[in-house]
Amino acid sequence: MKKLWSRWPARIVVGILAGSFFLYLGIPLVSLLLREPPAMLWTAIEQPEVLQALQLSVFTTSVSTLLTVLFGLPVAYVLARRQFPGRNLLEVLVTLPTVLPPVVAGVALLLTFGRFGLLGRYLTPLGITIPFTTLAVIMAQMFVSSPFFVNTARAGLEQLDTRYELAAYTLRASPFYAFRRVTLPLIRPALLSGIGLAWARALGELGATITFAGSFPGVTQTMPIAVYLAAESDLDTAVALSVVLMAVSFGLLLALRAGRDRLVGRQ
Amino acid sequence: MRHPLRALIALVTLCTLFLAACGGTASNTATSTSSPVTLNVFAAASLTESFNAIAAKYHAAHPNITIKLNFGGSQILESQIASGAPADIFASADMANMQKASDAGLVGSSQIFVKNKLAVIIPASNPGNITSLKDLARKGIKIDIEAPVVPAGKYSLQVLDKMAQSSDYGPAYESAVKANFVSLETDVKSVVNKVQLGEVDAGFVYQTDVTAAVSDKVKMITIPDDFNVIAQYPIAVTKSSTHASDAQAFVQYILSPEGQGVLQQYHFIVINP
Repeated sequence: MKKLWSRWPARIVVGILAGSFFLYLGIPLVSLLLREPPAMLWTAIEQPEVLQALQLSVFTTSVSTLLTVLFGLPVAYVLARRQFPGRNLLEVLVTLPTVLPPVVAGVALLLTFGRFGLLGRYLTPLGITIPFTTLAVIMAQMFVSSPFFVNTARAGLEQLDTRYELAAYTLRASPFYAFRRVTLPLIRPALLSGIGLAWARALGELGATITFAGSFPGVTQTMPIAVYLAAESDLDTAVALSVVLMAVSFGLLLALRAGRDRLVGRQ
Repeated sequence: MRHPLRALIALVTLCTLFLAACGGTASNTATSTSSPVTLNVFAAASLTESFNAIAAKYHAAHPNITIKLNFGGSQILESQIASGAPADIFASADMANMQKASDAGLVGSSQIFVKNKLAVIIPASNPGNITSLKDLARKGIKIDIEAPVVPAGKYSLQVLDKMAQSSDYGPAYESAVKANFVSLETDVKSVVNKVQLGEVDAGFVYQTDVTAAVSDKVKMITIPDDFNVIAQYPIAVTKSSTHASDAQAFVQYILSPEGQGVLQQYHFIVINP
């Protein structure tokens, strides 16, 4: 009896806190949905330039997320498992792009890879210019979204008991084989969370993209830029486009979530 | 523990109230003119430097009046006022958004207080080797421009249309220049930034965008008046203003020789020189 009594206040506090937070996140999103009649959404999607922006967004975020995993996983592994001088510094460095205002991140990329940038000036004579290309969009997305993946993957690796890997080694597994067949499956939920976060962040990326890659329909004009531009002339179209973008992100995150639950269930 | 919870609930409540009261206006009590008054002025982004200077001058002359400035795209400002933002004065960079506010019954009668026109800017290092407007049609030149929904972008396209109709340039010039567009920016300042960094060879901006801060980093090529588009800036006192007479006095100041003098310093074309 006493036990039950002591539990209730905690439950109520948690309920109120969690409930109000869900409302705080949910009501603004629902308000977007309520503003536009469904017919408006269809006319918004049917516009060719909107479809173009949506396709470009899906393509660039897919590539940037793949590249993030390819380059980010080794970074996460090194940060989680290796002790070396300057490791803390690198850890902070990896998180820094999330703190930078995106426009500043875009300027930083321009100052590096732009025509007169630190590295860009050596690319120009070779006939390579990165700004205003689809590659620039991918690079901008990677720059701001990869920390979400690296940090989540690192946390997953840090929590993993290294004895599993050691056991694999005693069975003469090569480090690569042990990583692929033992470590990766065990940290898969963390990886999928990280992929979801990075993908979502890349999908919503505006500031760095527009600064580094500009905005040209079909080449660099992603969905968030289309939304921003629509807001300059017609708020209703902008809201309709945001709802479309939100629906795509929602579906994507839900799919990753479902994939994660299935994997966890299997283990 | 209680404090953040309260703040959160307050936030949620505020959010709900805001939605419920969307479009409604607050009914503040009027204050007498002798007591300190704060005027909220919503002004187009291109007025940033000049209005800051005017507000400082006005406050020095009328210490009981403080001017609070909110700068942004005219469309954004218009929708903020429509959502009940406490504005006393609205200064738009185009007639369309003022008309929209007027049609919605948000503002009283408006008047044009200043004009602006377009110019082409190039980086001081001139990587595209551009010396005249004709060079903009050369193959491989990178031109930055605003999107057509941004007033400056709309005017830039009108300039090119006018040039296409002249015998000096012609339709081939217009299509060659348009083929050189590398980006359609969301605002004028982004174009200025990319020209300043040398990432593009040329950009279409307002002549007032060549401010003191960038004047040594970019060079300006003027567009002849025959082809140029004159942008008109209207100003009006809002219907919801609780200090309408003070607001009207500030509008009069902007139209006076002092106010117009400051605008002229920032390369605007003034109405009352």
